[in-house]
Amino acid sequence: MTTAVPLAEGLFTWPSAHPALLGSSCRQCGTTTFPAQGSCPRCTAEDMAPRELGRTGTLWSFTVQGFRPKDPYLGPAEFRPYGVGYVELPDGVIVESVLTEDDPDALTIGMPMELVVVPFTTDNPGRALVTFAFRPAAAAVPGAEEPKE
Amino acid sequence: MTVDVAIVGIGMHPFGRHDGVSARQQALHAVRAALSDAGVGWPDVQFAFGGSRDGGDADTLVSELGLTGLPFVNVWNGCATGGSALTTADVTIRSGAFDLGVAVGFDKHPKGAFDADPETMGIGRWYGEVGMMVTTQFFAMKIQRYMREHGISTATLARVAAKAYRNGSLNPNAWRRTPLSEDEVAASRMISHPLTQYMFCSPGEGAVALVLCRADRARRYTDRPVHLKAAALRSRRFGSFEVFAPSLAVERADSPTVDAARAAFEQAGIGPDDVDVAQIQDTESGAEIMHMAETGLCEHGEQEGLIRAGSTEIRGSLPVNTDGGCLANGEPIGASGLRQVYESVLQLRGDAGARQVPGKPTTAFTHVYGAPGISACTVLAR
Repeated sequence: MTTAVPLAEGLFTWPSAHPALLGSSCRQCGTTTFPAQGSCPRCTAEDMAPRELGRTGTLWSFTVQGFRPKDPYLGPAEFRPYGVGYVELPDGVIVESVLTEDDPDALTIGMPMELVVVPFTTDNPGRALVTFAFRPAAAAVPGAEEPKE
Repeated sequence: MTVDVAIVGIGMHPFGRHDGVSARQQALHAVRAALSDAGVGWPDVQFAFGGSRDGGDADTLVSELGLTGLPFVNVWNGCATGGSALTTADVTIRSGAFDLGVAVGFDKHPKGAFDADPETMGIGRWYGEVGMMVTTQFFAMKIQRYMREHGISTATLARVAAKAYRNGSLNPNAWRRTPLSEDEVAASRMISHPLTQYMFCSPGEGAVALVLCRADRARRYTDRPVHLKAAALRSRRFGSFEVFAPSLAVERADSPTVDAARAAFEQAGIGPDDVDVAQIQDTESGAEIMHMAETGLCEHGEQEGLIRAGSTEIRGSLPVNTDGGCLANGEPIGASGLRQVYESVLQLRGDAGARQVPGKPTTAFTHVYGAPGISACTVLAR
């Protein structure tokens, strides 16, 4: 399992039992961004501090991608539709993410979501690549088990 | 002191798929048609702005049009490329720098969705690798939330697309000229929930050129000038929800569409209520619905009733996308914004044939929107 590498460096804490997205917050006006960036899109100050974002939020909007995207998409050769959504985090930012759920009828704006790191694909040397995703939080799915520690 | 601007010549190469005809050939066709419409020759053109994404550099058209030494500036501004060329041409004449010029847009895209490169937009490559660099997702997520907030139904999404193909069937220059029923639209393949295949426009081919001049000299070239009352371009502000955004602010700001439309109406000195016919960006049917309200043509949530009542049909009280819009014409990026102006000029001249808006319209409005959050609007009047 330790061979799994993140899709890109600097997006989320990894390896970690409780991975978090890595954003940044403006020291001047408090605006939070994901991913981290060097200056503030709101007040223009070049004074951003790195910040681990909260792991749970609510679904702001969503769709299901129904066709295989063109380059540089790296997903599995045999295309399978996947959910994409925006999740509002308590940090005052809404992040875009792949969703683990691909049935639009199982997704509702406002439902609680939680961050997970999931297998995505394998790269050229054959290493397993993992990426961040959001899934409906355990509390939102009747009968679902708590995520294992 | 500024001068007013008029459009005195229009030219178009039909939109669609044209195997064996290069984008440059289509552009030349459009420019020559526009020159002929205005009754001028290429040597009379004092400046030009032009743009294309996949069709080549606009300024190299001079090797065929004539090496007259004119300043010819290439414009690249995503889906607002045509609108940006026009906006810049407008300012050039308004400033008094030149009296007569050309704006041209053309393109020829391969089949399928655009393959946008995240890194050219300052986004990490991972964003495309993981499958989020896809415009269709943005429009789907924007309309998904909008439907919930403003009570728009999926039936209305299908109605908008059916109208587009119906209008396209009346337009000899359109790509999609076969009417499709609301049921056919709704039953087509799901592309990005809740939007189906026929609710989306496709990248395509085509070219449009316009000849613009000082309004006080317009009647030298035509007895039916159309006045470019305003042309405005805006980019996104902090807090607006735009395409290709890995994260958003929680606070919401007006979109660049709201800003550009407001600026255009302000410059023109009229309001959205004065518009007789509108061409607005319908990348997918939800976009037409949302942009109707963002441009000020109606209130948010009013679209459901307006569209069901047929108000946006050619014979309705607020005709929208009379030429079939992007849905029926496809989207050759460089040409798309200028197509809207071309259609507006036809409507104001009374030359729109089977799709002519009745009642001799006097005021037209156009709106384009594109990545990564830009909009260009014009107000035209005869």
